[in-house]
Amino acid sequence: MRRLVLIAVPYLWLLALFLVPFAIVLKISLSDTALSIPPYAPTLDFSAGWEGIRSFFAELDFDNFVWLTQDDLYWKAYLSSLSIALVSTAITLLVGYPIAYGMARAPEEWRPTLMMLVILPFWTSFLIRVYAWMGILSSEGFLNQLLLWVGIVDEPLTILNTNTAVYIGIVYTYLPFMILPIYAALDRLDGSLIEAAEDLGCSRLTAFWLVTIPLSRNGIVAGCFLVFIPALGEFVIPSLLGGSGTLMIGKVLWEEFFSNRDWPVASAVAVVLLLILVIPIVLFQRNQQKQAEADQ
Amino acid sequence: MPETVFAPWSDPDARPLIRFQNVTKRFGDFTAIHDLTLDIFEREFFALLGPSGCGKTTLMRMLAGFETPTSGRIELAGKDIVPVPPNKRAVNMMFQSYALFPHLSVWDNIAFGLRRDNMAKDAIDRRVDEMLKLTRLGRFARRKPHQISGGQRQRVALARSLAKAPKLLLLDEPLGALDAKLRQDTQFELMDIQEKTGTTFVIVTHDQEEAMTVASRIAVMDQGEVIQIATPDKIYEEPESVYVADFIGDVNLIEGRASAHGEGRFRIDWAEGQQPLIAASRLEFAAGQQCHLAIRPEKIAISAERPSDADNAVQGRVHDIAYLGNLSTYHVELPTGAIVKAQTANTRRISRRDFTWEDPVWLSWTATAGVLLAN
Repeated sequence: MRRLVLIAVPYLWLLALFLVPFAIVLKISLSDTALSIPPYAPTLDFSAGWEGIRSFFAELDFDNFVWLTQDDLYWKAYLSSLSIALVSTAITLLVGYPIAYGMARAPEEWRPTLMMLVILPFWTSFLIRVYAWMGILSSEGFLNQLLLWVGIVDEPLTILNTNTAVYIGIVYTYLPFMILPIYAALDRLDGSLIEAAEDLGCSRLTAFWLVTIPLSRNGIVAGCFLVFIPALGEFVIPSLLGGSGTLMIGKVLWEEFFSNRDWPVASAVAVVLLLILVIPIVLFQRNQQKQAEADQ
Repeated sequence: MPETVFAPWSDPDARPLIRFQNVTKRFGDFTAIHDLTLDIFEREFFALLGPSGCGKTTLMRMLAGFETPTSGRIELAGKDIVPVPPNKRAVNMMFQSYALFPHLSVWDNIAFGLRRDNMAKDAIDRRVDEMLKLTRLGRFARRKPHQISGGQRQRVALARSLAKAPKLLLLDEPLGALDAKLRQDTQFELMDIQEKTGTTFVIVTHDQEEAMTVASRIAVMDQGEVIQIATPDKIYEEPESVYVADFIGDVNLIEGRASAHGEGRFRIDWAEGQQPLIAASRLEFAAGQQCHLAIRPEKIAISAERPSDADNAVQGRVHDIAYLGNLSTYHVELPTGAIVKAQTANTRRISRRDFTWEDPVWLSWTATAGVLLAN
């Protein structure tokens, strides 16, 4: 009995916080817009009895999903989101790996401090940090003032409201999610393995490539998924740092919902986004499972 | 094996494979190795023996190239190797932790070093198979290191370090992680492999029995210095210092004052009211010089009656008996309060043992049984 309760808890959690909301969103995505509250039809009316339920299901259709394929805004936004998420994941990896490596090689007494510094940004609100980047990247911002003062540029660079600003924002925000799993993998790496590789004829660089990289692979994969998955649906960063040219599905979703008040299309966009995300999430789970097996 | 005894160290014309010349290594204020000079010859199985922190591992890491000496010269086959990085040395090391690559199979672990040399693929295949056969690992070639036992991992580590046919193989406490029985078998296996391949082995160990079993010569180290280098039997039978006598095996140390007693013989006054002991020694001792008589327990006979022809005989009382199965060690308390250990082989069943606790006994030994040491 106790075991049953223990197993039931996560399933109830999943049911209440994921499956039920998802069923509602799915239902809305199959509805039509209506000038009413809530702004869609049909709504389930139990008072009409069996007939009511029948007519309710009869009115549901896939029109909104068909619409997503007809207007090229949507698939362009999906593709653009995918490419922005991929590129920023790659940049985050390139920036994060050396930081994690440096942390793992740092003297023992320094490591807690370094770890603290990586986590520290989480202590302030995410929104405030993104606004701070607006202050840094705007044409009168700190970055341009610095560049002008040093004399690298003659007139301010336009960074804010471009894709570059979105990349900077995503890399900055998700860097800790890349660093921590890689650091965890590198920290466990036995130093004598590197010595053994050198002893068997590897230079420092080949030893890094043949031993360090493969043995931190699980950390790299975990970090990449932890950055890629939220970056794909990112809404705050592109809407605050991106410009009119930045096309991301999170932003499209927001506009459908709040500007157009077209809940059904917004829901359809959300359902498709979830289906796209299921693939990397499943892959991520498999990686975690494989790692857990390897640790035994 | 050649008919002549393998002893290049006693041949003045022999050129050593490795030569440490006045090597000193400091880590900050700590001197790990102090002005050490040491020769190791080709085909030797050389053991560095000492307690932890004596500098033996540092010495080995300098040979592998992971540490550079603060001063002095290390030669390999006549060439100074101090500036050569570890990946360019014809030296391979078997690590204490084995350091097997967990993401590679046994086969790929062994092939790892060969691949770095850009060897032809079929040559690599042949060499790896040869190594698998040598270490009897053929059945496990496709397994990952975490899928095999500790003893098998140890053999993979050995095969991997031997695969490149190094001039010198370094073994850092290679058997430390194995249980006692497996360790014994592996010791003989190591010796066989060393003989078959003709590679020079340098082994670091703190286990004196292991060093005695496998090594052609042993260097006993303490606090960054070599105390004595000799063959196992010399180290055991003719230690040059109390430290070596005490570190290797079990020993009784009797302190006293020496005085000449005929040709090559000395009289040792060791306790008030006790008959002086007689010991032979090649070393000279001044009259009244302080000395230690080191004598192994198995060289002391134990009897109920005073033996008539012994050079030395002392009376005591059995204080303790350590029964080891094949041997029994009697701890005999002398009238002075000192404990002397005497060992006898248990050729009879234990129920017929001659002595028991509190029995008065006589301990006796010949003049040549012990070693007289000045310090």
